[in-house]
Amino acid sequence: MAMKMSGEYTLPADRQTVWEALNDADVLSASIPGCEAFEKVSDTEFAATAVSRIGPVKARFKGNVTLSDIDPPNSYRISGEGQGGVAGFAKGGATVSLADAEDGGTILTYEVDAQVGGKIAQIGQRLVNGAAKKTADQFFQNFRKHLSPEEDAA
Amino acid sequence: MSDNGIGARVTRVEDKRFITGGGHYTDDLNRAGQTYAYFLRSPHAHANVKGIDASGALAMAGVHAVLTGDDLAADEIGPLPCGWMIHSKDGSPMVTPGHPVLAQGKVRYVGDPVAVVIADTLGLAKEAAEAVSVDYEELAPVIDLESAKTAALVHDEAAANTAFEWELGDKAATQAAFDSAHHVTTLELSNNRLVPNAIEPRAAVAEYDAGLDRYTLWTTSQNPHVARLVMSAFLNIAPEHKLRVIAPDVGGGFGSKIYVYPEETVCVWASRKVKRPIRWTADRTESFLTDAHARDHVTTAEMALDEKGKILGLRVKTLANVGGYMNLFASSVPTYLYATLLSGQYNIQNIYAEVDAIYTTTTPVDAYRGAGRPEATFVVERLMEVSAREMGIDPATLRKRNFIKSFPHQTPVIMAYDAGDFDAVINKALEIADYKGFGKRKRESAKKGKLRGIGFSNYIEACGIAPSQAVGSLGAGVGLWESAEVRVNPVGTVEILTGAHTHGQGHETTFAQLVVDRLGIPFENVSIVHGDTDKVQFGMGTYGSRSGPVGMSAISKALDKVIDKGKKIAAHLLEAAEADIEFADGNFTVSGTDKAIDWTSLALGAYVAHGFPPQEIEPGLKETSFYDPTNFTFPSGCHICEVEVDPDTGVTDIISWTAVDDFGVVINPMIVEGQVHGGIAQGVGQAMLECAHYDEDGQLLTGSYMDYTMPRADNLPSFKIGTTVTECPSNPIGMKGCGEAGAIGSPPALINAITDAIGSEDLAMPATSESVWQALQTSALKQAAE
Repeated sequence: MAMKMSGEYTLPADRQTVWEALNDADVLSASIPGCEAFEKVSDTEFAATAVSRIGPVKARFKGNVTLSDIDPPNSYRISGEGQGGVAGFAKGGATVSLADAEDGGTILTYEVDAQVGGKIAQIGQRLVNGAAKKTADQFFQNFRKHLSPEEDAA
Repeated sequence: MSDNGIGARVTRVEDKRFITGGGHYTDDLNRAGQTYAYFLRSPHAHANVKGIDASGALAMAGVHAVLTGDDLAADEIGPLPCGWMIHSKDGSPMVTPGHPVLAQGKVRYVGDPVAVVIADTLGLAKEAAEAVSVDYEELAPVIDLESAKTAALVHDEAAANTAFEWELGDKAATQAAFDSAHHVTTLELSNNRLVPNAIEPRAAVAEYDAGLDRYTLWTTSQNPHVARLVMSAFLNIAPEHKLRVIAPDVGGGFGSKIYVYPEETVCVWASRKVKRPIRWTADRTESFLTDAHARDHVTTAEMALDEKGKILGLRVKTLANVGGYMNLFASSVPTYLYATLLSGQYNIQNIYAEVDAIYTTTTPVDAYRGAGRPEATFVVERLMEVSAREMGIDPATLRKRNFIKSFPHQTPVIMAYDAGDFDAVINKALEIADYKGFGKRKRESAKKGKLRGIGFSNYIEACGIAPSQAVGSLGAGVGLWESAEVRVNPVGTVEILTGAHTHGQGHETTFAQLVVDRLGIPFENVSIVHGDTDKVQFGMGTYGSRSGPVGMSAISKALDKVIDKGKKIAAHLLEAAEADIEFADGNFTVSGTDKAIDWTSLALGAYVAHGFPPQEIEPGLKETSFYDPTNFTFPSGCHICEVEVDPDTGVTDIISWTAVDDFGVVINPMIVEGQVHGGIAQGVGQAMLECAHYDEDGQLLTGSYMDYTMPRADNLPSFKIGTTVTECPSNPIGMKGCGEAGAIGSPPALINAITDAIGSEDLAMPATSESVWQALQTSALKQAAE
């Protein structure tokens, strides 16, 4: 089942800072909802495990995450493939682009294209799209917290 | 007629236990030491299985086994067979590469089972399944039927993904008929893929008794003897005398529980391996993915007519989707159960049908309520309605002009119709539906801003499935007779053992009505025994509306034998000549005298055996019959549907539905009406709500009730039902069968009504409000352009 999604976030940090965070395994690990493991295999490859709940289906996805089309500090493509066991599979990627915002912050835009299969696909597109959007929102919320921890404290 | 005999509205005796929670379904059963099976299924539509690593699962406490296709191959179990051979036009046999019980090297639809985990609890089995890793190498999915011939190969052995290219009828004569035609109507039709959706999902409990060296399988089967036969003769699990199959109460089948599936097979086989009983019940998603799907045809249909509307010829070219594997009876459905009904109720001298059966990476497709006849009826009745509209002839009049009027009638597509009166059926339907008043009702709807339409469907179908020699000559691997045993107990109560299987049809009531009618004994003194291969010697099960015309005919013949023997015994007990003994209303009497012996006394007399010579008459009273029909039976009917469409939203309301059927002799009008109601509901489901939808990757998007729409009470009007009767001449009861007629007759009536309302033929099933609205927009644009 094919899925497309896009979004835009304004982050309270300059472009270089955001870019570095986007390439920091620890930051990514802390930002990915349900992340249980995120290990750097090389500069552009990571092995990840994350638990995700979509409607009635709870799945632990294990897979590889790869960074490509790297254009610092402007954009990259982050892609991956995860096996969710009996829940099915998910694969795809996101193109992430950064631009300067007027107030010194950074505008991050992303475009996701993904495919899911197995039980996850059968439970319905509405659930999957909703869950994917929620996961993305949560990721960027966490990511934003990392960039401006004082904002979080306030 | 007694109050409970043939023709009486006896309330169903089985309902008390069903509605008070007293039913005995497979999943209700618990066995000491039982374990649970959980099946790992492919999330991919098409992939090579490069490896399966079960070590993590096997290390978990309470996990008894993880078994794969390799284990089945090592034990030489399988493959799952197809029981009906079809030959292509060039004479070559159909290509049916093996259907492994669990995948061997390759998966061919989402849900294809690749391994089974057997553990102490279901939760543990599921957890262990998470620890099994399967290495898939994805291959290109094959989903779209019309382009499948040029897509990746589903089976290496089946070139162009084609199982067979079959034909029926005279191609040249049909071409000549079209050449001489005044008018030709051409339609591009699709018959949407359906999911069966029985209330009770498939289930199995299997147990191996090492002491007896014998297996028992409790399962949701429409035909437990056929299941045992397939598991013994084809799957190599155990010889028949070492395998008992019990199908207890079963909550609906509609065809989907005819087949022997991987899950039930694995449970039986593995119960010996793990030395524990194994149970499995499908969850609803598994039902959506793995119960054999239905229909799924794409057809070009043409009808040739002369200037008066007389049909000269009919021609179809059909692509039938069989899914990833050729299922047990899948090859017969789009061939001999489909093209043989293309003559409909009409005298058509020239018919030619071509059917290509195509493999795709989707769930296997097989018989489902109607099985081929709904597809045929949709073709014929859409052609009739559109021909009438294109030629400016009233649709009822065009049908009447072409009706077969004399019987027997040999069609050019095998079938020999034995009885019917199509004018009587349609005239009664026209009256009930107040066809004359339609114009006025249409104007009234128009005043409210609604589009009103009326649609006909005059179906004929072939039931009984059927003379063994006939189906054998057409490729069937089995005979299709039915057996019955009548056991009269010494106290006069009667047990009927039947090879038919009831899973919603009400056999415990209707079969008993026949016995009461024939023997004149109280209704409560009769019980119907079915669904257990240890009790009933053999039987072919229930499908094809065969339990009445075939199953009850077997009971009728066995009852004849019982009565004959009773007369012999009565002659001795009454000291009269056998020829003078008469039997009526439960009493044996000597003709012209007041000497009599009642049923109970005679039964006791048969068992005490004091009053007749043993060298002449054996003690006891029990008779068996195997009844093989001499023809199919041919129920027919007329559906008239009236709808109102809201042109702003496309929402369609079914305002009225008339169905007049000729089922021959009716045993229980209440049960027959129930079958018609349920059948129409299923037909309405197909015509306006249901569709199994795959995306281009082969993921089943309609995999739950969130996305697959079943018909509900508020989709349906209160049906107006009528019957006419021409007795079936080929069986001793005169009945034709009613189980599938509603689902066969109804879809074209609804589509004909909607297309009449919106003035456009460009409407596919399911006619959802969105597609009706789209059709209205398209036709408005077309009109604006013209």
